[in-house]
Amino acid sequence: MLLEPIMMKIEEVIQESPLARSFMFRKGLEYQPGQFVMLWIPGLDEKPFSISYHGKDFFGITVALKGKFTHRLHEMKAGEWVGIRGPFGSAFNLVVSEANLLDVGRACVVGGGVGMASLATLIERLGDLVVVQGARTASDLLYRNRFKVAGPLPTKDMLLCTEDGSAGTKGVPTDLLEDLYRHYRFDVLYTCGPEAMMVKVLDFAMQYNIYMQASLERYIKCAVGLCGQCSCNGLRLCIEGPVLDCEKLRTLEDFGRYARLRNGRRVSIEEYLGGNRRPNKHPSA
Amino acid sequence: MAEVDLSTELCGIRLQNPTVLASGILGTSKGLLKRVAQAGAGAVTIKSLSLEPLPGHNNPIVIGFEAGMLNAVGYANPGIKEGAKEFSNLKEVGVPVIASVIGRGVGDFMKVMEELWGLDFAAVEVSLSCPHTPGYGMLAGQNTPEATKEIVSVVRKCTELPLLVKLSPNVLEIGNVAMAAEEAGADGITAVNTLGPGMVINIEARQPILDFKVGGVSGPALRPIALRCVYDIYKAVKIPILGVGGISTGRHAIEMLMAGASAVGIGTAVYSRGVEVFGLVCSEIKEWMEANGCASTKELIGAAHVS
Ligand SMILES: Cc1cc2nc3c(=O)[nH]c(=O)nc-3n(C[C@H](O)[C@H](O)[C@H](O)COP(=O)(O)OP(=O)(O)OC[C@H]3O[C@@H](n4cnc5c(N)ncnc54)[C@H](O)[C@@H]3O)c2cc1C
Ligand SMILES: Cc1cc2nc3c(=O)[nH]c(=O)nc-3n(C[C@H](O)[C@H](O)[C@H](O)COP(=O)(O)O)c2cc1C
Ligand code: FES
Repeated sequence: MLLEPIMMKIEEVIQESPLARSFMFRKGLEYQPGQFVMLWIPGLDEKPFSISYHGKDFFGITVALKGKFTHRLHEMKAGEWVGIRGPFGSAFNLVVSEANLLDVGRACVVGGGVGMASLATLIERLGDLVVVQGARTASDLLYRNRFKVAGPLPTKDMLLCTEDGSAGTKGVPTDLLEDLYRHYRFDVLYTCGPEAMMVKVLDFAMQYNIYMQASLERYIKCAVGLCGQCSCNGLRLCIEGPVLDCEKLRTLEDFGRYARLRNGRRVSIEEYLGGNRRPNKHPSA
Repeated sequence: MAEVDLSTELCGIRLQNPTVLASGILGTSKGLLKRVAQAGAGAVTIKSLSLEPLPGHNNPIVIGFEAGMLNAVGYANPGIKEGAKEFSNLKEVGVPVIASVIGRGVGDFMKVMEELWGLDFAAVEVSLSCPHTPGYGMLAGQNTPEATKEIVSVVRKCTELPLLVKLSPNVLEIGNVAMAAEEAGADGITAVNTLGPGMVINIEARQPILDFKVGGVSGPALRPIALRCVYDIYKAVKIPILGVGGISTGRHAIEMLMAGASAVGIGTAVYSRGVEVFGLVCSEIKEWMEANGCASTKELIGAAHVS
């Protein structure tokens, strides 16, 4: 784990969608799917990003355009330098067997928006799975030609949904869960995306008694478990999270409801995200 | 041998054991305070609250180096009104909770103290010693004996709760500052806050890593200085001391008690040993006491002061 930011050269920039770019680094990192790094732009700020590409001597992150920091990052080109600290946080629970396949049984991976970034290396490691990706519109879909999805689907590809129907099924990924479960009887659900979607995945997992894990987002500062900024009830999202399992999520009052602004004030998720998302129901409500 | 007695007393508050969560580490939410209590802390301190919300400095705010940590959190906090909501029903925490308050001047402190009224805090800690937040603590000159006396006399009138004053190690005659606090009516001294500020530069980036450029030094590098401060304060005043700085093991805690502390604060060690550090330090203290025929922590407090 890198405690100080290490300056690394951006090796390559990949345009994944109109709003998302990946930044590749030639450096090996000890890492498990679900973990994140802190990326430092000297003189500006340092922010968390999931590792979305990983190999023996390289890794990459995928960054969606949001505000000041991500705009500045998107302007950066191959050959420029940034600082990397990490990886930090918990990982998706995997039991890797000798063949590097997994003992988790059959998995269903549900990704929404740039949440796909934290699921991407998980998808590459799983041996038997179904993947559903949701986005607003066709051009926002990520990694379309990237995976050979091992599992029951003959296409060996992701299932896609868009809110406007411009690609795949019209709707959101959680609309497909019932049907998929009836056909493929998966044993575990992994999800990352808008919190409202993850709340629905948890509801589904509880209803059918399926083990489930989700990767959450909260404002991160120190990333080493000291400052308390990322507190989600009694949990630190930077240490015990970002990946939490259904047992924890069920009892987490903040899940789907509250998040902390940079000054520590606990507000509704909608206010935290800038009030542009629909409110949603909590599983235990 | 009879069970050793780990309990102690700090300004009239009874603690099951001498370990206390230091301010600014994990003290942002009641949920985290509960967790620290369950991990074995004898008492917990909340993250310092100011009158108005403060966003804090940009990241990086914390950086490790080979002998500790540098932090420039910049007192990020939601302000006392929100803080009062977060820290309602503190009985749920299970151990005494100490409020930590900061202000730009006496006016701020008076208003902040008003909002604490009716909450279940066991004590109030007035922090006059942060080295990295403009307008507050050291950067507002609050760590001199004169300023300490002025602020503490005002806060004293605002509360009947036990009052601790948190001092900076960045003074030569820390005993004089402690005396000023005692004269102004403080019930105890918390010593110390972070040292410095210090700086770490990334040589490839050719610039300081902390966004605020400088930050307070905590952890192992601070420990010998904190010990000397507590030793000096013990000689200078009669009120009890909460000793803080670089403690991560039972031996460190005992050393601090021997220097004169009645209880010990733990912060940065949460990084190296996890939230479990409180329980671990307690069992290490206990083991040492058993092995050395020591029945009660009272025998340890100030033990290093030989004539
Ligand atoms: C564990 C984790 C993994 C993440 N992985 C990715 C990823 O793989 N790809 C990606 O595009 N984004 C990811 N994010 C979100 C990313 O950190 C923010 O989008 C980014 O910091 C926005 O910065 P900005 O200045 O551009 O936007 P701003 O205008 O500053 O903020 C926009 C929103 O981004 C979020 N945000 C801002 N600062 C932080 C911070 N310090 N910590 C957490 N959230 C913040 C807040 O929700 C805020 O409302 C992740 C966040 C977390 C917590
Ligand atoms: C990340 C961090 C945040 C801190 N925030 C505060 C604070 O808000 N108020 C305060 O009085 N002290 C604060 N401190 C100082 C600690 O309470 C403590 O005095 C100091 O870190 C020395 O103890 P340690 O070496 O055990 O960490 C902070 C320290 C750290 C590392
Ligand atoms: S971000 Fe500081 S404790 Fe998690």
